[in-house]
Amino acid sequence: MQVPAPFEYERATSVEHAIALRERLGEEARFIAGGHSLLPMMKLRLANPEYLIDINDLSELFHISEESGEIRIGAMTRHRDLLDSELLAEHFPIFRDAERVIADPVVRNRGTLGGSLCQADPSEDLSAVCTAVDASCVIRSTSGERVVSMSDFHVGPYETAVGDAEMLTEIRIPLKAHAGSAYEKVERRAGDWAVVSAGAAVWMDGDVIADGRVGLAAVGPNTTSIGPVSDALRGVAPSEDLYRRVGEIAAANCSPQTDQRGTAAYKSHLALELTRRSLRRAVARAQGQEA
Amino acid sequence: MQVNMTINGQEADEEIEPRMLLVHFIRDRLGLTGTHWGCDTSNCGTCVVLIDGEPVKSCTTLAAMVSGHDVTTVEGLEVDGVLDPVQEGFMQCHGLQCGFCTPGMMLTARALINKNPDPTDGVIREAISGQICRCTGYATIVRSIHWAADHDAAVSVGSAS
Ligand SMILES: Cc1cc2nc3c(=O)[nH]c(=O)nc-3n(C[C@H](O)[C@H](O)[C@H](O)COP(=O)(O)OP(=O)(O)OC[C@H]3O[C@@H](n4cnc5c(N)ncnc54)[C@H](O)[C@@H]3O)c2cc1C
Ligand code: FES
Ligand code: FES
Repeated sequence: MQVPAPFEYERATSVEHAIALRERLGEEARFIAGGHSLLPMMKLRLANPEYLIDINDLSELFHISEESGEIRIGAMTRHRDLLDSELLAEHFPIFRDAERVIADPVVRNRGTLGGSLCQADPSEDLSAVCTAVDASCVIRSTSGERVVSMSDFHVGPYETAVGDAEMLTEIRIPLKAHAGSAYEKVERRAGDWAVVSAGAAVWMDGDVIADGRVGLAAVGPNTTSIGPVSDALRGVAPSEDLYRRVGEIAAANCSPQTDQRGTAAYKSHLALELTRRSLRRAVARAQGQEA
Repeated sequence: MQVNMTINGQEADEEIEPRMLLVHFIRDRLGLTGTHWGCDTSNCGTCVVLIDGEPVKSCTTLAAMVSGHDVTTVEGLEVDGVLDPVQEGFMQCHGLQCGFCTPGMMLTARALINKNPDPTDGVIREAISGQICRCTGYATIVRSIHWAADHDAAVSVGSAS
């Protein structure tokens, strides 16, 4: 029987309350969102916080809205709500693509966007999604708010820019014209973590790609932003040749490890192929050729 | 700490350690052993219960997090000796063999039918995809859930109150 080590539990009543508790209790305290990464780690005693601050009652962190030319998503938004959101499906269908294959429907009832990003597991699908769509993360402390890009948010595997006395409250995605986005994942069986996955987003200007980004998951610690991919996409007309070239750049910029999910060579191949497929579909969507 | 929740329509008010998982609270504290405890790694889904009408893995939830909420376990499906259509369906269509996965499967089925009274095969398979059955091969489970949907006389057990 796996049971977490003893800890004290407190339910936060507001974001301010949660952050004040965190500030007072320091590094021995953790927020608990869906608990679907944290509790399994606590059961295995890989995490042993002395205090858990439950943030499930903080209604101000549950939202998906359009505001000031951005899509804003509260940190406590659950996978299920990301999957169901028509607003997201309209502007960034990559979320629905990804949420269909993140964990299983029961896990999706609990797991959250904020928990996924803060867990910062290199296999986290939503990290790849948020990277592709150029999301920024709103981090709050008692002294105010700061906004960081995805590449600054992920400091390393399992490590983020969120400090001991801070909370991720929201992510923001800029709305720009003629956008298309898509996600591709290969998994061993339904509900499993990715062998490799790739997300792509493009913004068209007539017949050329004005800007484009790719985010990968499960191919090494540092794939939250692949600069050379965007350099290769900008100002270029989409073609099969371009998708292949960009796929090759993506594969060259990742460092997958051989594990029970596959060999490093197989994962590199997937990085290329899934980048290619997600770009192809993102462009088709931007051009209105696929719903 | 003190927790207070509604389980199958009854109040449960208990003093617990904060680290107690919901599955152990339900089985060991309340003696409701219909909720099964299998993999302990969030993968098999036999521990699924409904929290405010939504299926959740109770081995991956703290009892403390559920305080103030409404929980339905498999014991809550039958009311006054009348089986829920989901339970009938599993009997009629041989939806179980050893029965280990059955409590979780039935609760997920109940939540699904509450939302979608006429689910397709694909929708049913997707809904139970986080739950493992080692015996049936799933075909009879899917059939059982169809049977329940067809015979669901507006029963609302397990839906959010
Ligand atoms: C069986 C199973 C399969 C899964 N499969 C996949 C998969 O295929 N793809 C995938 O991407 N994920 C998968 N997951 C992970 C799932 O998406 C988790 O829900 C997610 O990683 C964590 O979200 P959570 O809300 O449960 O976070 P929690 O476990 O509550 O928290 C995770 C960490 O983030 C911190 N935290 C949470 N919220 C905040 C906040 N607002 N501010 C600061 N810190 C915060 C916590 O303190 C903790 O350290 C799977 C999980 C399970 C159990
Ligand atoms: S015991 Fe909870 S998912 Fe297996
Ligand atoms: S009936 Fe035996 S595990 Fe499903």
